[in-house]
Amino acid sequence: MQSVIVENIIKNYRTKKETVEALKGISFSVDKGEIFGLIGPDGAGKTSIFRILTTLLLADSGAATVDGFDVVKDYKKIRNRVGYMPGRFSLYQDLSVQENLEFFAAIFNTTIRENYNLIKDIYQQIEPFKTRKAGQLSGGMKQKLALSCALIHKPSVLFLDEPTTGVDAVSRKEFWEMLHRLKMEGITILVSTPYMDEASLCDRVALMQKGVIMTINTPAGIISGFKKPIWAMRSSEMYRLMNAVKEDETVESCFPFGQYQHIVFKNPGNDEQRLQEIARKGNFTQVEIQSIRPNIEDCFMALMQQ
Amino acid sequence: MRTLLILLRKELRQLRRDPGIMRILFIMPTVQLLILPFAADYEIKNINLAVVDQDHSEYSRKMINKIVSSHYFRLTDYSPTFDKGLDAIEREKSDLVLEIPAQFERDLVKDNEAPLFVAANAINGIKAGLGTAYMQSIIQEYNQDIRSQWMQMPKFNDQPTIEIASSDWYNPHMNYKVFMVPGILVMLVTMIGSTFAASNIVREKEIGTIEQINVSPIKKAEFILGKLIPFWLLALTVLTLGLIIARFVYGIAPLGHYLTIYAFASIYLLAVLGLGLLMSTYAQTQQQSMLVSFFITMIFNLMGGLYTPIESMPVWAQWIARLNPVSYFIEVMRMVMLKGSGLGDIKYHILAVLGFAAVFNGWAILNYKKRSG
Repeated sequence: MQSVIVENIIKNYRTKKETVEALKGISFSVDKGEIFGLIGPDGAGKTSIFRILTTLLLADSGAATVDGFDVVKDYKKIRNRVGYMPGRFSLYQDLSVQENLEFFAAIFNTTIRENYNLIKDIYQQIEPFKTRKAGQLSGGMKQKLALSCALIHKPSVLFLDEPTTGVDAVSRKEFWEMLHRLKMEGITILVSTPYMDEASLCDRVALMQKGVIMTINTPAGIISGFKKPIWAMRSSEMYRLMNAVKEDETVESCFPFGQYQHIVFKNPGNDEQRLQEIARKGNFTQVEIQSIRPNIEDCFMALMQQ
Repeated sequence: MRTLLILLRKELRQLRRDPGIMRILFIMPTVQLLILPFAADYEIKNINLAVVDQDHSEYSRKMINKIVSSHYFRLTDYSPTFDKGLDAIEREKSDLVLEIPAQFERDLVKDNEAPLFVAANAINGIKAGLGTAYMQSIIQEYNQDIRSQWMQMPKFNDQPTIEIASSDWYNPHMNYKVFMVPGILVMLVTMIGSTFAASNIVREKEIGTIEQINVSPIKKAEFILGKLIPFWLLALTVLTLGLIIARFVYGIAPLGHYLTIYAFASIYLLAVLGLGLLMSTYAQTQQQSMLVSFFITMIFNLMGGLYTPIESMPVWAQWIARLNPVSYFIEVMRMVMLKGSGLGDIKYHILAVLGFAAVFNGWAILNYKKRSG
């Protein structure tokens, strides 16, 4: 059964001066109990999709259902069964951890005790601070509290808008572990993130850019769709190296990735010799060249260029 | 109902958490109520007077003495010519020039009449108007004195004269504070109510918490009521504080019943808070809503009959005053406080504010959208 179905959603934001096409006909569907990632840079339209699916925003055209209910007609039923965690921390900063959780439980007609087992793993980590005001929590703890509040009414679909933005690496890892535990409970999770490395943690991802979904696939599927060999190269002078590689007309793309440049050629074959030639011509020192497996980010960069 | 209680508990808890707000809420009106009634007094005293006496007679001296001993005027300049007297006005040394022409006494005795000239500095219109009026009544009285001196016999006038004696009902001593304190109290309660209500929903918009409320099954009316009731209680508390100050600082106890005031105030506050919440649903930032509510309450207060009687406004302004909830409350306050009116006397006022309350709150609920286009 499919938890979320989105069909050809179009959304434009009109201001006096211009019209911004936020979503240009988006379609996708999410299976029940799946972790579905919307991956894309800022301004791709991720938040707009979330706001439409959580009945906060009306689309200009197209249709969408959540848990079988239409987002326009049955919005009241949807509000009872989805959990939404907006990108911005949006709990009451002047209420304590426990008061926030109690409040959100109460407005959904439930209690903390009733669904405690669902949030136990997450909430236990912030429980020692339950009398502390939410505004005084650290970034990671705020996210955990927000997730607890979004889960307290046992939603069947969970929408998480950039839950890990601005959170440290350890908390991010923990956060994703929690999401996988929630998946075990049968909760469908839609998560957006600008971090490409988190894409591989989803069951399926949609790569988005400028209101368009470029591809939808499993992380492995997306990587296997990348046919050309990819090379990593480094030297002591990275910036000059990048310019030198980009100047070569046989090179299709060259992006810096951490300590390496990832390089793809237009017509593969004799690639390594070509790179060594570039290094020799430019008198680069400490040159290192190796063939690597592409990652999601390489695929995204390649898709963006098309 | 249950949801409403949860919302109320949350709101009250948040209010309690903000000691700054609570302090402002109670200290500000107290201070204002202690200062404003003393300062906002129409009675004008200490008008600086320049006298140009060209007669130097017994009569002119007597008249000057009488004017100065009235305590409304202060003799600040005594010049030989009118030009010099005018000069005193230009140097802001005096507000009013009284010119007594030469032969004033002789003309008065011989011809039974003598002219006087009064010139006022009208830069401050109220001062000029009231100053000349006081002056006129003093001179008239002086005139009476002279006439009664001359007309010892016969005791009764052969010509009938009309004498007017006035008595000020409901406020026999024309104590200004009795009149102003209830009005100022209304103004303060209105300002506090609408400003706080106006900024509250916007605050949730700014912090982003409204998103979480919007995705929840909370009903719109519940949310608006949850916002309205705490401020309603607060405003009633401020009103109580004000009535206590009126009673014990100014000695103003209502002739009517306190319950009448509270009955009216509870409906009135629904209207004012509803207006605040309505602005709140339109505004995007707290600054916007604060400015708009400031602007509206300012008009309401200035046109509410607190400082100037509504009856003396132009007709179009009187129509605006009819759409101004503040004017009803000020009128009711004064009626109950000074005249002892009961619920029956203010039934039309009650109907009017009930209408305002229904319109503003209904509009606020309609305009608060959990979903944007």
